[in-house]
This record gives sequence, C-alpha cells and structure tokens, in this order.
Amino acid sequence: MRDKLEQIKRKAMEAMDSLNNLDQLEEFRVKTLGKKGELTLVLREMGKLPPEERPVIGQLANEIRSYLENELSKKTAELKNAALEKRLAEEAIDVTVPGKVPALGKLHPVTKVLNELKDIFLGMGFDVAEGPEVEWDSYNFEALNIPKNHPARDVQDTFYINENILLRTHTSPVQIRTMLKKKPPIKVICPGRVYRSDAIDATHSPIFHQIEGLVVDKNITMGDLKGVLDVFAKQVFGPETKTKFRPHHFPFTEPSAEVDVTCAICHGSGCRVCSYTGWIEILGAGMVHPKVLAYCGIDPQEYSGFAFGMGLDRITNLKYGIDDIRLLFENDIRFLKQF
Amino acid sequence: MLMPINWVKDYVEIDMDIRELADKLTMTGSKVEEVITLRENISNVVVGRIISVEQHPNADKLVVCNVDVGTEVIQIVTGASNVAPGQLVPVALHGAKLPGGVTIKKGKLRGVESHGMMCSGEELELKDSDYPGAEVDGILILQEEYPLGMDIKEALDLNGQVVDLEITSNRPDCLSMVGMAREIAVSTGKSWRMPKIDVMPSIGNVKDELQVVVENPDLCPRYIARIVKDVKIGPSPQWMRRRLAAAGIRPINNIVDITNYVMLELGQPMHAFDYDKIEGRKIVVRTAKPGESIVTLDDKQRSLTPDMLVIADASKPIAVAGVMGGANSEISADTKHIVFESALFNGTSVRLTSKALGLRSESSSRFEKGLDINMTLTAIDRAVQLVQELGAGTVVEGRIDVLNASTDNRKLTAKWNRINQLLGLNLTADEIADILNDLGLETSVDGESITTLVPTYRNDIEGEADLAEEVARIYGYDRIPMTLMEGSAAKGIRTENQKLVDSIKLALTGMGMYEVITYSFTSPRVYESIGITVDMVPETVRIANPLGEDQSIMRTTLMPNILEVLSRNYNRRIESCSIFEINPVFLPKALPLTDLPDEVLTLAMGEYGDGVDFYTLKGKIEALISLLGLSKRTDYQKAVHPALHPGRTAEVLVDGKSAGIFGEVHPRTAENYELNTRVIMAELNLQALLENADTVRKYKALPKYPAVTRDLAFIVEKRIQAAQILDLICKGGGNILEEVSLFDIYEGSQIPEGCKSMAYSLTYRASDRTLTDDEVNRAHQRIIGLLEEELNARLR
Ligand SMILES: [Zn+2]
Repeated sequence: MRDKLEQIKRKAMEAMDSLNNLDQLEEFRVKTLGKKGELTLVLREMGKLPPEERPVIGQLANEIRSYLENELSKKTAELKNAALEKRLAEEAIDVTVPGKVPALGKLHPVTKVLNELKDIFLGMGFDVAEGPEVEWDSYNFEALNIPKNHPARDVQDTFYINENILLRTHTSPVQIRTMLKKKPPIKVICPGRVYRSDAIDATHSPIFHQIEGLVVDKNITMGDLKGVLDVFAKQVFGPETKTKFRPHHFPFTEPSAEVDVTCAICHGSGCRVCSYTGWIEILGAGMVHPKVLAYCGIDPQEYSGFAFGMGLDRITNLKYGIDDIRLLFENDIRFLKQF
Repeated sequence: MLMPINWVKDYVEIDMDIRELADKLTMTGSKVEEVITLRENISNVVVGRIISVEQHPNADKLVVCNVDVGTEVIQIVTGASNVAPGQLVPVALHGAKLPGGVTIKKGKLRGVESHGMMCSGEELELKDSDYPGAEVDGILILQEEYPLGMDIKEALDLNGQVVDLEITSNRPDCLSMVGMAREIAVSTGKSWRMPKIDVMPSIGNVKDELQVVVENPDLCPRYIARIVKDVKIGPSPQWMRRRLAAAGIRPINNIVDITNYVMLELGQPMHAFDYDKIEGRKIVVRTAKPGESIVTLDDKQRSLTPDMLVIADASKPIAVAGVMGGANSEISADTKHIVFESALFNGTSVRLTSKALGLRSESSSRFEKGLDINMTLTAIDRAVQLVQELGAGTVVEGRIDVLNASTDNRKLTAKWNRINQLLGLNLTADEIADILNDLGLETSVDGESITTLVPTYRNDIEGEADLAEEVARIYGYDRIPMTLMEGSAAKGIRTENQKLVDSIKLALTGMGMYEVITYSFTSPRVYESIGITVDMVPETVRIANPLGEDQSIMRTTLMPNILEVLSRNYNRRIESCSIFEINPVFLPKALPLTDLPDEVLTLAMGEYGDGVDFYTLKGKIEALISLLGLSKRTDYQKAVHPALHPGRTAEVLVDGKSAGIFGEVHPRTAENYELNTRVIMAELNLQALLENADTVRKYKALPKYPAVTRDLAFIVEKRIQAAQILDLICKGGGNILEEVSLFDIYEGSQIPEGCKSMAYSLTYRASDRTLTDDEVNRAHQRIIGLLEEELNARLR
C-alpha cells in the first residue's frame, strides 16, 4: 500500500511535467485527486489494512494529496500566467492610430472673451446687468447728459426707430436702468450688443458688442477707477501689462479718460499692431458725471462713481490676432473651430 | 487741428524737443495724433551765387557755371536758360536729397564735370505761396540776399514741425494758436501771451456807413462789424501764406487770408463782405424767409428754411450765419470796400443748419461747439490791425457792436476737498487754486470753499467735477495713485438665468454644436425666403434710417440667419455643420411703436451633414429639456411651419404651451438658401424655457430592490404614434413600471403592408419590496390588453 502511494506520487509528478494547458491540468486533477481518482481509490482500500497501520498510511496519503495539490496549483498559476502573457502579446495595437474624437462644438470667440472678462469682474465683486437693445432715447442719451441736438449725437450715428425709440448705441442705458432701480452701493458690468450706423468694413460693424462697468458708492475715487482697470488689464493681457490714463472727454463722465494698455504683441517696444507706439487704446472711462447721478435720483454730493466701457469685438480681435471684424459675423465653421 | 510750431512760438516759449512736448500735451488732454516734420525730404541744398556762365563745349543747349557755395566754388552744368552771373540760387550739393527720393551725385555731362545741381522751384516742391516765383520755369532765382552756403530750408523758412492734435468737442478754445499756447504754457510751466493788438487811429465813422440789426438775439448774442475802405486785393505776404498752408488752409488773397489767419490764431471765425454788394448799407441778422435761397461760396444753390439764421442785406440773404458766405457778396479782385464780421452765433442753431444743408465748414464746426463772446471783439480788431500792417486798405474808425448777452466771467463756488475726494488725492487748497489760476481760472480760497471766475472761453466748466478734471489733468492722471475700493474682494453674482444660459451654451457645444452670432436687423424679404406668405408676415420693428433695405427691420425669427450661416458653410464645401445662436427676437406690442418691443431670448439650432436627421436634433432638444428639468412637463407633437417639411415637423410643448418648433427644412426653403442637402432646424423660445426651468435637484435614495426587465414587441398600423403607445404602456404598467425605452422600429419583410413593428424594453421595480413574477405578469398583461384593445396591436 505504501508502495502504491509512492508510485502514484511518482507517476503524478512525471505526468504533471508534461501538462501544458489548463484543460489537461484539470483532467489530471480529476484523474488523480478527484472522487474517483487514483488516490481516492487507494484510500478506499484502507479498511483492509490492519488498524495499527491505518494512521501511518493515512498520514502518508494526506501528505501526498496536499503535496500534489500544492504542485498542481503552482502549475495552474504558471499556465494561467503564460496564457495571459500570450493574450496580451496578441492584443498589442498601434497606439499611434488617431483616436475616435467625439463631436465637440465651440463657443463663439466673442462669447469666450466675454466669459473671461465676466469672470474677472465677477471676481472683483461686480454683478452682471442686462437691458434691452431697442431702447428709449432718454435712457440712451438724455440721462447720459446728451440732450437732443447735442453734437455727440452726430458722432454716435444712431439708428432710430422713431423720435423716442432707438437701437442703443452703447450699453450705458443699462447703467441708467440699474441706477434707477437700485440705490448705491452699485457695482455692475453691462455686456451686450450695440448698434451704430457705420458702414461695414474690416474695422467697423454696425452691430458690435460692448462691456461697460459702473461703480457708485460713497467715497469712490478716480484712484479706484485706475486700480480696477489696472487689475483688469493685467488679468486679460498678462501680469506685465501697464495701463496709461489720458485725459479725454465724454458727456457722461467728468473727469474722463482714455485708457491705453501696453501692446500685448510687442510688449511696448512698438510694432504694426500698435502703430509703433507700444500702446493700444482699449477703454473709455471716467467719474460718473454729477448730472447723470442726479438724473437717476442719486445725490452727487453724497455719492460718487466711475464708469468704463470697451469694445468686446476689438478685444477679441486683439487677443486672437484677428484682422477683420467681419469674420466674427460670418460664422465660417473653419474660423469658429480655431477658438 | 494742425499746429505749426513756428507759429505757436509767437505766443509761448518752447524749449523742449517737440516729441517730448507732444507727450506732455497728450497727457494733459490735447491728444497729439502725429508730429509732422516739414520738408523732411530735402537735405544738403544750400544758397549759392553764380560767378560765371559759359557755353558747354559739346552741347548747344547746356551751359557750364561756376557757383560759390560758401566753402568752395564748384562747377555745375545746367540746361536752364534763366541763369546769369551774380544770381543767388539753391544748389543741391553732391549727396543732396530732393523730393521724390532723388539723390544728386557728381558726374559728367557730355564730357564736362558737374559737381551738383541748381534747383527749380518745382524740384524743391515749392509753390508761389512758399516763395514768389517758385512756379516759374527754370532755376529758382532768389530775390533776397542770404549768406552763401546757408541751408535753403533755413533761408526760405521752409523748416519746421507741425503737430496734429485731436481736440475734444468740449474744448473749442484749444482750436487756435493762442488757445494751444495757453495749454502749452500750463503743461510746461511757461507763460504765454496774446498777440499785441493796436489799431492805429483811422478815418471816418463806421456808423455813418453801415447799419446792423439783429432780429434774433438768442441765435446771435453778439455781432460786430468794421469797415475797411479802398482795399488793395492781392496776395498776402509770404510769412502769412506759409503759416496758413502749414495749418492746412489754402491761401487765397490778403483779405480772405486775414480772416483765416485770425480764425486760426484766435479761434474766432471771421467773414468779409464786399461792402458795395450790401444792399441798403444794412446788415440784418434774421431767420430765413420761406422760399429764400442762397448760392454759397462753393457755388452751390442752397434752399433755406425759416429755422436757419442768415445774414441779410436790405433785401436778401448774403451769408448763412456761421456756416458759409454767399457768392453774391464775395470778395473779388474788383472789391473796393469791405465789411468784416466777427460774431457769436448759437452753436445748436449753426449745427442744425449745417446738418440740414449738408455743409460743414471750419467756421461751422467751431461755432457749433460754443465760442467766446469776448473773442469776437479781440478778433475784429486783430483783423483790421493786420489790414493796416499789410497795407491792404484804410480802416474806418469805430465798430458796430450789437451785444445781447453778458460778457462777464461766471462765478463758480465749490468745496475744494470734494475735488480731492473725487480724484483720490490729498492736495492742499492752495495747490488746487494754483493749478486753476495757471489755467486762467481766477481762483481764491475761502475756508472749505474755493471760488473761481470762469472765463468766457471756458463754457465747458460748469461744476465741481469740471474743476476736478482741470486739476487732475494738469496735476497728471498718471500721478493719481491706484487704489481698490472697499468690497473688491467680494464675489459678484450672476442671476439664475445668466447661469442657465451659460450652461446651455456649454451643453450645446458639448453636443458638437458651434455657437454663431449674426446681425439682429435683417431684410423684410426674409419671410418670403422661409415660405411665409405676405398675409402671414408678422409685425416688425422698423428702423427709420437703416443702412439699406436689407437691414431695415429687427428680426422676429432667427431661422433665416441660421439658414444663411448653414448655406454659407455648405457652399464653402464644409461637409457637416451644426450650429446654434442665442439672441433675442424683437416683437412689437403694437404698431406704431409707442412702447419698447418685447425682446424674447431665442435659441435657434440648425445642422446638416452625414448622419444628421430629425432625431439627432430632437435628441439634442430632449437633452436640453432634461438639463432644464422639464422632461416630465414636455411633449412633442406634430406641427406645421411654412419653412419646414410638413411630415417632419414637431412642436415643443411645455405644460401644454408652445415653446418652439423644429423639424426638417422644407425642400423649397432649402433651395432658397442653396442648400442641396437635408437640413434640420429648431427655434425655441428660450425665455419661456428659462421661466419654467426647474433646476432644484433633490437626492432620491438608490433602489434597494431588484428590477425585472421584460421586452415587448408588437405590430401596429404605421399611423400610430410612439407618444400614443407610450401613454398606454404607462397607464397599463402603473406605478411599478419604472422605465420604458423604445429600442426598435421595423418595417419591411414579415410585417404587413401599412404596419410597423415596435419593440420596447420595460423595467419594473417597486421601491419597498422585491416584485413577484405574478405582479409583473399582471402589469405586463394589462399593457398588452390595452395595446390590443385601443390600437389593435398584435404581439409578435
Ligand atoms: Zn506693439
């Protein structure tokens, strides 16, 4: 019996060496260790042994079983590993073949830039105000210290609907509406489309986009205006950007300024974009005219404020190096894809 | 405005580089557009004296001259016939540069050496107005003595720089040499002076020769006239003509040049009438009579209306006040006596007249900004002084001065510290007063107040804020420290709608769509192009003064714009295109417009290309509806729109109310837009969707019990809509039916003619227990029963 067991073990060891797939291995396991396997069959005959030999043989049989099981599982692991290695090798692909790109659209470049500017001003505590594009003459002009027959009206080239209604020439009427509705402190930006009867060419469009800002509170100074626009310019055009405030005239602000920023292309050394001046004019700004505050029922002796405005299309063009404003309204997909 | 430096130097000292001055002026509010250097294209041309002239040995038409150019005597060959020994001429030396990019080099002419070139006026680009005789054929012979070797530009006073300024509309006082001298003085810390004006005692009395009546004193607060007799019309002297030309005004004759010179020097427009052409020796300042007209100096007939102010004689208009003189009283070569006019006209009146006539002049553009009531007097005296200096006529003693307004300086009181508060500065009262005094605003300090006497040339200064601007620009905008007001660290807030629109735009781009922006005015004809018949065209907001008929109405639909963009891309051979626009449409409440129109925020979408069909766009709309939390409240129903395919159009209903329409574009509409492909388009009332949007989300526990999934396939008639089937399934399934999805629609073999097979996957689940087979079977059978009963469906 001892010999039989030893023989099973020896035979099993020899057989195992020649096995090279998982199916054969399983077959072998059943044949050797299964319920009707050789080892089991041998053990069934244990009853025929004298009682004193049974424990000895039993222990031997268990040793052989566990030895074989151990060997078997080692072998199984080896084979599984080999099979996996083989599969991985077979499944290798050309990783340089282009991916399957999901269709993804884009926001219009003007919207992208607007979002960027909005985020900057939201970050400085400005809310976003909106208003109608077809607007009262009184909000677009009179409230802004531009009475009927004021020369500034010629400059604005206004589209009129009738005597009292027009297409807003700037988003300033939104400032007026805000001041009429809400008492200071006021801190808003007013983005939107505006209209001027310019013929269409590379730098003019009768419809374009503006973003204006308004702050009214006690103790608002021109220093605050400079500070806010300087922060703004650095965020849009980079931390090295400098701002220059030049005196100017607008009917609705006093003092008024035009604001230049250092040319983002040449960083101030002069290039074609900045006409070799190193500066690019991008903003009009000033302290809100006391007449404008008074029109809106805000006491100019108690409150002061500043306002500023800029052309969104112009900033978009500057930012992306677009040389023709018409491209913004043509909506060629090959153009829109670039932003 | 063009400011010749040599001219303005008469009134203020300038001892710095002109570019530095230009920067200073820009920073104090007189923006310099450009610094122009005159005659930059001439160099190395000097004064020389011809010593000898001899015949060229080899050429009949050439002569050989010896010319003394100061440092040496050089030999020059010329073809000019007007040269003679002793003459002074301009000589271009070896290496000289002439206008037109010409460089002079020494060389041989027909075998004889020539070391330079004598120049004609034309070669130096000189006109008679630059130097008398400059336009004569041949070499320019100089009439006066100059040192030999002197640079010709210096000798003939051709040098100089001109500064081109952009003067803002509130500062008409800067539109003159003395006005700019004042600005230069304050900007550079110098002093400035007015020209010295003395009129020599003269003959007669103007009041015996002329009568002036001002009928509309509100439109003409001041009118001054003086008379000059026995004028000698001729060219004005070279210095005057050169200054006018440098300032951009063409010299004409001495009298006209004097009026222009005074205007440029002092900022006061002037006019000269031919005295003998003034009927009745009477000037009447009045509004035009109905039917009157005048031929202006530019030889154009102008019809006048009764709101226009004119200068008339006893019977007819002889000038349009402040705008332009009439041909009927123009100064001519035969003029014997003249009347000078120096007046103040109402700015608005001049502006409206000039606009109505389509006639802008140097004069009108100054008057319309509002001029100085005191300068009228200074200017007319300056004019007659120049007449005397130029010996151009005999000035008649006295002036007629019709004055109907105050000539006093205005008193303005302000709290000086309010100026600091506005600017963010800490100036003392004296520092503020000093700046204002330097500007000619006579200012005194009294405790917390300052009192300023505002001169009549500064009509723009009305209050504290204006004083603050004066202080700021002279102190320097760049010296105001940058600060950030309180609350700058707080974050701003977008409204819910703004947030939603932003997320809708992002969602749509995530679905492969490109955002477009198009014009919001359009042609009234677009309705026709999208199949809307004349009787169906909606009321529109019409622009009174459009750029053209094609851009004359505010759009009431974005569909034509979407089609136009798709068409443009399609015809540029772009294979596929998927776009959207979010912008308002403009719907009048009533016409004629008495209230602002409704501006309804609208979302339009459109696409064409491989794989694009009705359902691809519908899917995007459904995703959008889901984003807005409206899926359960939204239905889609078959609809009709003239621009869309009658069998492939659906209306979007939120709570049963229309929120937009979409579908395949009607082949006729597509053809109108040259779109030879299937196009799907939608127009949704975004305003309504936003108003209904339900974006409040609440967590619902994940299901604890298993679901049971059953498929269901059946055959129904083709006309049966999915929405009807869905209704019945939901009804039959009851509350244990969790989800229904349609996964196949099939027509063709094995399906009877006129029918279709529909296959659904149904998910059953209860939230509080594991469903039994029996429960599910009962619900499933109920559904089948309903479908068979109501729709005649047959199970497959
Ligand atoms: Zn540059």
